[in-house]
Formats: sequence, C-alpha cells, structure tokens
Amino acid sequence: MTVIINRNKCGYCGACVAVCPTMALDLKEVWIDVDESLCNGCSTCKKVCPIGAIEVQR
Amino acid sequence: MKDAYDVIVVGGGPSGAVAARFAAEGGASVLLIEKRQEVGDPIRCAEGVGTGDLDKYLDIEDRWIAAPIKGATIYVPGAAPIKMRAKDENQIYGYILERKIFDRALVERAAKAGVEVYTKTSATGLIMKDGRVAGVKIKRLGEEKEVMANVVIGADGVESKVGRWGGINTTLKPADIETGVQYLMTGIDIDEDNVEFFMGSEYAPGGYVWIFPKGKGRANVGIGLLGSKIKEGGRPIDFLNRFVESRFPNGKIIEMNYDGVPVSGGIDKIYGAGLMLVGDAAQLSDPITGGGIKHGLWSGELAGRNAAEAVASGDFSEKSMKKYQKAWEEKGGKIMSRDLILKNYYIDMSDEEATKVAQAVEGVDFTGVLDVSQLVKILAKVDKKLLLKLGANQLGL
Ligand SMILES: Cc1cc2nc3c(=O)[nH]c(=O)nc-3n(C[C@H](O)[C@H](O)[C@H](O)COP(=O)(O)OP(=O)(O)OC[C@H]3O[C@@H](n4cnc5c(N)ncnc54)[C@H](O)[C@@H]3O)c2cc1C
Ligand code: SF4
Ligand code: SF4
Repeated sequence: MTVIINRNKCGYCGACVAVCPTMALDLKEVWIDVDESLCNGCSTCKKVCPIGAIEVQR
Repeated sequence: MKDAYDVIVVGGGPSGAVAARFAAEGGASVLLIEKRQEVGDPIRCAEGVGTGDLDKYLDIEDRWIAAPIKGATIYVPGAAPIKMRAKDENQIYGYILERKIFDRALVERAAKAGVEVYTKTSATGLIMKDGRVAGVKIKRLGEEKEVMANVVIGADGVESKVGRWGGINTTLKPADIETGVQYLMTGIDIDEDNVEFFMGSEYAPGGYVWIFPKGKGRANVGIGLLGSKIKEGGRPIDFLNRFVESRFPNGKIIEMNYDGVPVSGGIDKIYGAGLMLVGDAAQLSDPITGGGIKHGLWSGELAGRNAAEAVASGDFSEKSMKKYQKAWEEKGGKIMSRDLILKNYYIDMSDEEATKVAQAVEGVDFTGVLDVSQLVKILAKVDKKLLLKLGANQLGL
C-alpha cells in the first residue's frame, strides 16, 4: 500500500491523521509522515482531505 | 528540561495552555510541550468566540481582538435572511480573534504561573508503568528523551495521539469530523461587526460557508463540510473557490488555512490512570457550530485543577482522573448532547426543508437572539420535527 501526499498542496491540517485507523500518518510541523508498513489502504484519509492532496495506490 | 514533573501537558493550543496554567497555579510542577516551532501558527480556526467568561482566562486586550461582533446573519436559500442582533446596538457579544496572538497570550499566562514551555518539541509516545501513564517520550530537535510525570494531559488537538497511545480510541470517523478551507481575504466589502453564514447544498452540502470579519476590509471566508459528505470534485476547496469567485471577485487572499474539527459530540471516556484528554483531543468541540475554543478553555481549566488536586493527594488512579470527566459533563455535557442532536438533524435536512423552516420564521424579529439556545427555541416553534427530536429538556437550555 502506498499513500502519496502531495506536499505542494497539503496544508498540514491533520484531518487525515485524525481519521486514520492504523496510526499510519503523523503530522510533523509542515508535512505528513507516512508509515507504509501500517497502512491498510482504506482511503479514509483521502476521503476527508479538504483539498484532495492524497492518493492511495493499492 | 528536567527528567520529571508532576504534570506534562502535550500541546500548546488554548486547552493545553489553560490546563498547564491551572495545574501550576494549584501547586504542581508542569511541563508544556508544543511540536510546532511557533505557538498558534498556522491557525486552524475561524477565530470566532463569545465574550462570556473569556476574561477568566485572559485580561481582555486589543492585541488579540481583530473585530468585536454585534450580530449574525444566516442565509438559507429561498427565504429571507435570519438577522440576529443585540437589543442594544452597543452590545458586543463576541470577538473575531487574532488566534496567533491569543494562543500565545494564553501560553505566556501559563509561563507566568510557573509552567516550563518548550516549542519544537513533540510527544512521540507514552511511558506506561504498573498499568498507568507514568511519563512521555519526547523528541526535541531530533533528540529523544524520556520524561516522567504522574499526570499527562493530552491537549494535542484534532490529530491527537495521546489518547490512542493510552488505550483510548480517539480515531474519528468521516461522519465525525468537519474538514474545511479558509481564506483570510483583504479588500472586500463586508459588514465589519456582523458574521454571516450560508447554508444549502449550492454553497456547502452538509456544512456551511462563513464570513467572519477581521477589521479594515478583511475577513476569514471559509467552509467546513462533514467528512462523510465530501465527494471527489466537491471538496471544501472547490465550493469555497466558487463562493469566493462570485462573491468577492476583487478580493485578495493573503492567507490560506486548511483544517479539521471533531463534531462527534465527545467520546465516552476522556481519562485513564494518570491521563486526561482536553479540547479537540477529547473531541469536545461543539458538534453543530464546530466551536472549540471555549470548550477547550473550560475543559483545560477543569483538567488542570484536577491534576493539581491529584498531585496534592498523591492519587493518580482512574477514579481520581474520572473526577475531571464528571466536572466536564456538569459544565458542558448538556450543550454537547443537544448540539449533537442538532447536527444529526441538520446534516440530513434537504434544501426544501430548510427553506420551509426559514420561510416560516420570516416575520419573526430576531433582535436579542444571540446564541444557539435562543435560536433553537424560535425554530422549534415552527419546525415540529425539530421540536420532537429535542424535547422539552433540551429546549430549556
Ligand atoms: C474550519 C474550522 C473553523 C473553526 N472555527 C472556530 C471558531 O470560529 N470558533 C471556535 O471556538 N472554534 C473554532 N474551531 C475549532 C477550534 O479551532 C478548536 O476547537 C481549538 O483550536 C481546539 O483547541 P485545542 O487546544 O484543543 O487544540 P489545538 O488548538 O489544535 O492545539 C493542539 C496543539 O497540540 C499540538 N500537538 C499535536 N500533537 C502534538 C505532539 N505529539 N506533541 C506536541 N504537541 C502536539 C499541535 O501542534 C497544536 O498546537 C474551528 C475549527 C475548524 C477546523
Ligand atoms: S488532510 Fe490533506 S491537507 Fe490536511 S494534512 Fe492531510 S493531506 Fe494535508
Ligand atoms: S489509507 Fe487508511 S490506513 Fe492508509 S494512511 Fe490512509 S487512512 Fe491510514
């Protein structure tokens, strides 16, 4: 599972981190860290992103 | 930074700053850590707050007030706008804040009470001992450190992990988070002392657009949508851009903020042995308005006070931490459950239903109606479905 966050779009709001059921995401100061070993590909993060900065590849 | 404190607060937003302050004023040694390099920046908020008991937390100062507010207008498609205004034209009932300055002022106030503050310092995990929280794993400027504490207060906002590390599931479902985009605009023609809300599926399906003035032709223009209602091509940013292009074609955007706020109505358990959660970390933001500043301040105060009492008595058990949840429920519980009903009612409402309700109150004078409680009392008179959902108890609030 690969989660790609478009850093040029992302506004580091943390909404994706809040909904991720596996704690695969972490909001560092101005970017989102992805731990791909934890990601289950559910795409919940992608759903709630207010600007569409997330792609999930299965 | 020392190796041990009585209390560690994770997160330097309003709820964390106030929790730290009240714990320190109650005699505890307190560490406050904030992962960002600057407290309060970037903001994730429309910055509106009622005057109420704000002066309990800070002396009212012009430096963190962008605009005093005297009224609100709600636009529902197909009906006359609902105009709420104080009876006395001079009465200020809310402020639009400069949160970057407000949040800092709260942390300064905590520091004055003796709290040790570190920025660019993250919590990366909890230290557990004998089945209770006993400290925080900390990363500061790339260096890791373990710091012990008898009480940890999680004030780490919507992206909270402290609860999850401590065994409390705070993962939000898409139906329990409102995510949004906000522009700080300049050079726009707006009412300088009136906030505006735009409802309806054209503007914001399952949410609303707001204009919160910030003085001198500036305003926060934003949108929040329920996560479960967001569709590809219909994200908050798409709706906001459309609104801004038609309404303020000549306005300039000088700041962009993206955000998310919990609207779950709270979680069942906001404590554990040696652990308390406050503000957005405990999902205490209001489910219908998305307002979380006041609830953050209130819950921060209650948790801070309870932490100091626990330190004084030496009792860090679950039972001792539970006193905080009880105190919170007494203070904010009723409003939270009413507003959760309102949220669930509102998100399923069609445009036609909303128009009907708004048309039914077209003749009503909303002067002197200044908050959700008063507004709901009037709406429930014409909207029997709403009346049924709420019941007499909640209408009395
Ligand atoms: C679109 C939108 C509009 C809003 N408008 C309003 C409004 O008009 N009025 C209102 O009252 N409320 C509003 N809110 C809600 C309000 O912004 C929040 O409820 C409020 O900020 C919550 O305060 P807090 O202290 O709990 O959390 P926050 O202010 O989010 O503070 C949490 C802090 O913890 C830090 N942190 C997180 N993790 C860690 C870690 N591991 N280590 C160290 N630090 C950490 C973060 O960096 C952050 O500074 C709005 C929210 C949104 C999304
Ligand atoms: S939800 Fe979107 S904008 Fe917000 S932090 Fe995640 S990727 Fe960035
Ligand atoms: S796809 Fe699911 S598990 Fe993976 S990062 Fe997104 S929310 Fe988390």
